[in-house]
Order: sequence, then C-alpha cells, then structure tokens
Amino acid sequence: MGWTRKILRVDLSNGTCKSEPLNMEWAQQYLGQRGLATKYFVEEVDPKVDPLAPANKMIMATGPLTGTPASTGGRYSVITKGALTGAIACSNSGGYFGAELKFAGWDMIIFEGKSAKPVYLSIEDDKVELRDAAHLWGKTVWQTEEIIKKSHQDPQVRVCSIGRAGENGVMYACIVNDLHRAAGRSGVGTVMGSKNLKAVAVRGTKGAGAIKNPKAFMLAAAAAKKVLADNAVTGQGLPTYGTQVLMNVINEMGALPTRNHRDVQFEDARKISAEAMHEKRPTDGKAHLVTNAACFGCTIACGRISKIDETHFSVVNKPQYWGASGGLEYEAAWALGAANGVGDLEALQYANLICNEDGFDPITFGATVAAAMELYDLGILTKEQIGLEAPFGSAQALVALAEMLISGEGFGKDLALGSARMCAKYGRPELSMGVKKQEFPAYDSRGIQGMGLAYATSNRGACHLRGYTVASEVLGIPVKTDPLVTEGKADLVKAFQDATSVFDSAGVCVFTTFAWTLADLQPQLDAACDGDWTMEKLALVGERIWNMERLFNNAAGFTAKDDDLPPRLKTEPAKTGPAKGLVNGIDKMRPEYYKVRGWNPEGVPSKETLSRLGL
Amino acid sequence: MQKSLHIDPNKCTGCLQCEMACSFENYGVFNIAKSRIKVFNFEHEGRMVPYTCTQCAEAWCMTACPVDAIRIDAATGAKIVHEDVCVGCKVCTIACPFGTINYVADSGKVQKCDLCGGDPACATACPTGAITYVDADWAGLEKMRLWAGKTDTQPRASA
Ligand code: SF4
Ligand code: SF4
Ligand code: SF4
Repeated sequence: MGWTRKILRVDLSNGTCKSEPLNMEWAQQYLGQRGLATKYFVEEVDPKVDPLAPANKMIMATGPLTGTPASTGGRYSVITKGALTGAIACSNSGGYFGAELKFAGWDMIIFEGKSAKPVYLSIEDDKVELRDAAHLWGKTVWQTEEIIKKSHQDPQVRVCSIGRAGENGVMYACIVNDLHRAAGRSGVGTVMGSKNLKAVAVRGTKGAGAIKNPKAFMLAAAAAKKVLADNAVTGQGLPTYGTQVLMNVINEMGALPTRNHRDVQFEDARKISAEAMHEKRPTDGKAHLVTNAACFGCTIACGRISKIDETHFSVVNKPQYWGASGGLEYEAAWALGAANGVGDLEALQYANLICNEDGFDPITFGATVAAAMELYDLGILTKEQIGLEAPFGSAQALVALAEMLISGEGFGKDLALGSARMCAKYGRPELSMGVKKQEFPAYDSRGIQGMGLAYATSNRGACHLRGYTVASEVLGIPVKTDPLVTEGKADLVKAFQDATSVFDSAGVCVFTTFAWTLADLQPQLDAACDGDWTMEKLALVGERIWNMERLFNNAAGFTAKDDDLPPRLKTEPAKTGPAKGLVNGIDKMRPEYYKVRGWNPEGVPSKETLSRLGL
Repeated sequence: MQKSLHIDPNKCTGCLQCEMACSFENYGVFNIAKSRIKVFNFEHEGRMVPYTCTQCAEAWCMTACPVDAIRIDAATGAKIVHEDVCVGCKVCTIACPFGTINYVADSGKVQKCDLCGGDPACATACPTGAITYVDADWAGLEKMRLWAGKTDTQPRASA
C-alpha cells in the first residue's frame, strides 16, 4: 500500500479534528506528499485567496516511502499558498518528523481556518487534540521543542514549530522540525503563524507497515542504497563535505552570486567553504565541523553539525549558542556570506543559528540583507534608516540585522518584508534578485544558463529544488551539458522538473538524484505501493503535477510576464570567470520551453496537453 | 568462534536504518517503536550513540528470571527470551543495569536483542559501519589497529 489511507482534517476555527479516508483514486494519479497534497489543495482552495486569510489552507504531507527503510525515506512537505510569493508553495523537510507522522498512522494533515488563540496540535497515534499554546507563544523553536518534550514527558515525541519569525509575520518564516531541519521557503511558516498554530507534536508507534510486498521492497531498497554508496557524490562528497562541497566548485565556474549579483565570483569563497569548516581554527584549535548527520533513513548523511567559535564577537557571553548545532549548508553559507560579501564563517554560522532558532529562511534573509546593502551602497538607505552602517562585507551588520529581524524593531520591519517588497518600498524593485517575489538560491544564471530558465518557470518562485540542472550543467549528471549555452536547456529543465516532482511526491530526498534516476526509485515504489507503478506512469505523474501547479498559479493571476528574471541578469554581463561577458538568455529559452511543455505562447497549457495528462 | 556486536558511535549518523531493520527482522514491520536497538542523539554535543544488549557473560536478566525464560543460545552466546515461558513479570528489566531488556505491552512479554540467530540485521543495515559483528575475543582489534598506526616507531639504525 505505502499509504496509511488516512488523513487528518483539523479545523482551527472550530477546534475540531477528524479522520477521513485518503482518496485512493487521487493517490494513483498524484502519488503522495507534494503531488497528492497539492491535488487536495487545488480542489479545496480558491487560487485568489489571500495567503494569510483563514480561507487559505495548509497541508503537511508524507509520501508513500516516508517512514520506510528506503534511503532518505523520512521526508514530509508543507503545501499552501505561499505568504512570500502568492504562488503554490511546497516546502520539503527532512529530520525525523515526517516519519513519525507516518508511524502515527497519518498520510497528511489538512489545516483549515484560523484559531482564535494560539494552539498546538498533539498527536499520539489516533489520539489527536488541539491544545492551548499560550505558554509557547513568543518562544523560539528550540524552546518550544524542549517545553513540549518535557510537558508530554516523552523524549521521543517529534515536533515541528514556528519561531518568533512565524508569529510576527516575517514573510519568509519557516516551519522547523528536530531543531534544525526546515520546511524553509516561500513563507509556509508565515501561513502557519497566521492561523495561530504554534506547533505540531507527534508520537507514532504504529510503524509504516502497509507495504505491498515487504520482501521485494527490502531488496529494491537495498539495491538503491548500493547505488548511493557507490556514487562519488552521494557516497563520498556529500557525507564528507555536505552540500558545502559546492562552494569552491561554483565559485570557480563564475556562478557564485556575490554582493547582490553584482559579481559572479567571491574572493573569500574559500573562507566560507567546506574545506574551511574542516580546518582547525587559530583561536581554539578546533575545527568548526563536529560531525555529519543523517535525516531519518538516509544513507547519504549530508547534514552538518558544527560548533561555533565561543570567542567570536557574535556569541560572546551567549552560551546558548556554544553547543553543537546544525549548519552550515551550502545555500545558507552562500546567502549569508557571498550574497552580501561577508567572508566570516563564524558570523555566518551565528546568523544561521538564529534562522534555525526563530524559524526563517536563510536564503531569503541573506538575499534581503544583500539588497539592503546595495541600497545602502547607492545612498538610498542611510545609516540612520538602517540603524547602523551596512556596507557589503560587514559581518557586524549581518549579525545585527539578524537580531533586528527577530526583535522586529527599527529596520527589522523592512527586512521582514523580503527583498521584493523592501526594494519596491524604496523605489528600486529591480534590485530584488528573485522571481515571483522569491529570492534566488546560490547559482548565478549567467554562468549556468539552464538555471535561469529553471528559476523563471519554477512554480514556487526562484528555487534550485524544482529543476536542478546544475547536476547536468556542472556535475555531468546524468549527462554533461554546456553551462554557457541556452541550446537544449528547455528540454533539460522540463525533464528535471518532471522527475523532481515524482521524487518530492514519493517521500525521499531530492539529493538522491545525484545518483538515482527514476529507474532507481521505480522498483521501490512498485514494491511499496498498491497498483502498477511503471516508468511510464511515473513520468506522467511528474508532468501532471507540474501542470497542476501551473494551472493554480495561472488562476491565481500569474502570467508569462512573471516567468522572467530581474534586468540585472539580462543586461549586466558577468564580469569575471568562464561566463565573463555573458547575460542569461531567458528570453530565448522561455518560448522554447513553453513549446516543449505543450503550452501556448502565454504560458497556458493547451487543451491537448491537459487531456493527455488527465487534467 | 563466538561473535559479538561491536558499536562505534563515532561513525553513527543517526539514520535509524538499524532500528528499522531490527523491527523488520523480528516483527516483519517497519516500526522503530519495536526496535531492540536504540540510537540516542546527544544534540548539543553532536554525538549519536547506538545502544543495545551486550550479551553479558553472566547476564543479570537471565539470573533474575524466576521462570527460566531467558536462556543462552549455544550457537551465538546470545541470551534469548523464550516467549512461551516468559510471564511478563518484568523482574529482568529491573535487574539489567543497562536498560536493554524491555517490556512489550502488545505481547505481555519482554524483548531483548537475540543477535538475530547470528546474522544481525542491524549490522547488515548500517550504512556507515557503526555496527559490526566481530570476533568476540577481538572486539577491540580495530581500535588497536588505529592506535597502532599512530604509534611512533624508533628510527632504525641503518645497516
Ligand atoms: S541527503 Fe541530506 S538532506 Fe537528504 S535526507 Fe540525507 S541527510 Fe537529509
Ligand atoms: S542483532 Fe538483531 S535483535 Fe539485536 S539489535 Fe540488532 S537487529 Fe535487533
Ligand atoms: S544504521 Fe548505523 S549509522 Fe544509522 S543510526 Fe544505526 S548505527 Fe547509526
């Protein structure tokens, strides 16, 4: 089966929780997690809804492989209309929370309405109730987990929660689970906060027993684990260096966005790289990195656990930050570092800890700081307005701005808007580096052309996790393509987007795709899930999910105009590196992509496309 | 040759594949709540430590059992709970200094690691080598080898 066949519907307005059977017809068409929850979402929610209105819903969903021994089978996703973007949002998280939700017997939780006062949801298998969260409101994510574990008298309970960012309406708040794993992007935590929902605490003892053919499944899972172990990236690169393995590689390619994308190479990249995390610090003779760590079921273990330098200015007299904790991952190190020209590894880790502690997305935050620094550099924002000097490269400013965001004081209010709204407020909307109000991640699309198209057409706004053509254009996975040309990228982007939709709907981590193709996932799904799960069926499921998300966005008011990059990337050529002299060729790729997708020139799926996909 | 489980916490990533394998091997389900091995995450230290029964030679649990339900398996040396004899009195869970034998409410009996009849599922499932099944008399061999490699040898007199 794979699915528990049960969903939990929580009406926050009326304070009720009820169990419903899972729509198995939809499960056959949309698999689980991202796809299946989005299907529920688009069926139940008006695309024009205000993301922060009670009428918006929020779904937490597992996939059929969540909670199984499939490698990385511990993922869950949060599906809603994003606060930051106003587009369909789907943010995926690892850690242990997703598996625990499955073990408690639930495929997904649909939250609707808005609670009159702060509450949290407590789940112990079938025993489900909304509880008062007055004592948790105002608390950080870390405090919330600790308080809930203590009051439940159960150290094995798993918690996801929002911190003060989500409570205070920071537009890019995350939902953090297991202290430092997050459903990070698009402001899903902001939506949770708008519903007065502080946390979900789960304890499951039922297990994920409903596997169609356990013996065949174990064999398929073991074969796929071997593929991960034998692969250079998933077997060595990621466990040893984490995603940070990319910092120097991408910098050398001239694709490391630096100082709000003014530059494409960062002179201090090495100082904030994986290699630097392994080196002994002069101050205390210890390395930043303590160990690597895995999410539930993961045989890759890309996660980083580090200890900050206790003598660093950011944490002097703050012992609460001295213990081992999560970070730095590549995206956070880039956004907090290169994006604003800061080369101080410890300052980045401090800002990263604050992101985890109070639940906000380090990518959008770092990029918003970068935009603020550019506004400061141009004299549009002054020292008085910001409250301190904020030149590119200032670690002091980075640290102070992170603290301001959480206190909500002074310039913190502007930072809470994200770069698109903040730059618009100061009359320079073009300085926000993103798409659909969501900031770019750590790849400059002048040096990796396909990523420009992937960003522009991503259904949740700029994102590397919807179609990671970096794999092909940089690492040669599954085949090497030239990062500096636009030819062939329309097909490439579509292929990555569709395949990723399947991985995100299965319950596994997208990082498996450094080694796995759909052909490695298919036997696991086929052994676990009712029905025949052929390659053809999965390919169709992926494309169906992509088009379903697109239809929602179109109905929400997005048009082809929104599938575009900021002018900087189209008119200011890369200054250095292999891409020197290049801009991104999005205007050439976009029409090709629409054609490959079977959409009209306005980016609307044609009748034939929809009927082929059964939409 | 008798073998025993050997655990190296430094290698553990906290993936819980061992717990899933244990529950599947012994109960045919994927459910860490039924695992006999537990991985503890000391978050603030960045340490993950897998822990299960070490099969003490003079097992306290076995000695304490009033109905002789825990017996030594001659082939593996494991102390095995015979469910048909166990009356669920839980005296063994009090006697065991390490907490590695536990009551199971579903069955009304206790459970502990039985070395899977000599083919430990947890060791097979562990992707990092944090759990191995080694010669019981030489459980420290790998550690010795590591330290041996660090030992300075005297400069040799050249002939
Ligand atoms: S690859 Fe990394 S993020 Fe993905 S499941 Fe493994 S540890 Fe978690
Ligand atoms: S040896 Fe077998 S019974 Fe013992 S902990 Fe490992 S998997 Fe469980
Ligand atoms: S399988 Fe190995 S690495 Fe994973 S939690 Fe168990 S002992 Fe640790």
